[in-house]
Amino acid sequence: MINFIWLLFIAGGIVYAGLHGRIDLVSRSAVNAAETAVTLSFRLMGVMCLWLGILKIAEQAGLVAAVSKIVGPVIRVIFPSVPRRHPAMGAIIMTISANMLGLGNAVTPLGIKAMNELQKLNRDSEAASPAMCTLLALCTTGFTLVPATIIALRAAAGSINPAEIIGATLVVSLLATIVVLIADRICRAIFAARGGR
Amino acid sequence: MFAQVCEFLSVWIIPLVLLIVPLAGYVRRVRVYEAFVEGAAEGFQTTIRIMPFLVAMMVAVSIFRASGALDDSVNYLQPLLLFLGVPPELVPLAVMRPLSGTGALGLTTEILNTQGPDSLVGRIASTVLGSTDTTFYVLTVYFGAVGISKPRYSVAVGLIGDLVGFFGAVYICRILFPG
Repeated sequence: MINFIWLLFIAGGIVYAGLHGRIDLVSRSAVNAAETAVTLSFRLMGVMCLWLGILKIAEQAGLVAAVSKIVGPVIRVIFPSVPRRHPAMGAIIMTISANMLGLGNAVTPLGIKAMNELQKLNRDSEAASPAMCTLLALCTTGFTLVPATIIALRAAAGSINPAEIIGATLVVSLLATIVVLIADRICRAIFAARGGR
Repeated sequence: MFAQVCEFLSVWIIPLVLLIVPLAGYVRRVRVYEAFVEGAAEGFQTTIRIMPFLVAMMVAVSIFRASGALDDSVNYLQPLLLFLGVPPELVPLAVMRPLSGTGALGLTTEILNTQGPDSLVGRIASTVLGSTDTTFYVLTVYFGAVGISKPRYSVAVGLIGDLVGFFGAVYICRILFPG
């Protein structure tokens, strides 16, 4: 599916641009985007090092284990294939906790750390394992208790009550999370029935 | 009151985490500086691994946007989305949300400034942004970091989440903020 979508964006985009006289924009935007991707990676690198450093302290101080005691039981139900004491479990729990707290740029480094740990449990290192798909599903909906960025954005635009959307975002992201978890299970079953293709 | 608490939290939460974790570490006799450096070293390798995936995805999305196909697909989708009760101002956001985080943020800022943050459209756009994430970016970065090139059914599941997030925001805001 990802191959098709990627090809659709590129081939579709180029043909469409050609038909509508915008072909000159294609090469410029392709090169620009490639450069932006690298700049973005380097910007990500700093944030990544910062939060992975903090995570290491939290691990050694036993804070990860403490948080796992609180939210662990729910998360273990969602990730049955991950052994209880495996580092992947701790990393998943920290990712989801950071997401809920709205820790913004801390979520990506923690999520990647969790993927790294899950990869160690994965039998086929090129294909996503079911646990990886579940974690990704949770991260794409990004369940957040306080969406700080959007509240700041609303305040900047002169809202009378910038935080009034919190109730709505809570309901919607909870709904999306539940639907995604169900969809994940259904897709996994279909996938397994078709022989993992 | 609640808004003030949220504003306070949004400013303080990251400094607080940065304060509490090393402090707790020190109390629990962790060599905090050494532990930090050890953890931070992992960040380097991981980021380098993400780069090719990010280039691939961002180039593809960028070509699609520059060609005008993205804007025009909005026009083709418009009748369907209007039929489903989506306000016309929000149609571009529906298409942009899973593809580009900065794009979606830009569209939302524009909506907030032109329609007002306390309009129904402004509230829906805020809710969409607050309750979904950029599916293609998350997929590219998370799977790219560990060298996964076969995301299997993840794309479909992520997009289902975006659909629920978008239509959920439209309908729930209509109920919560009538008139």
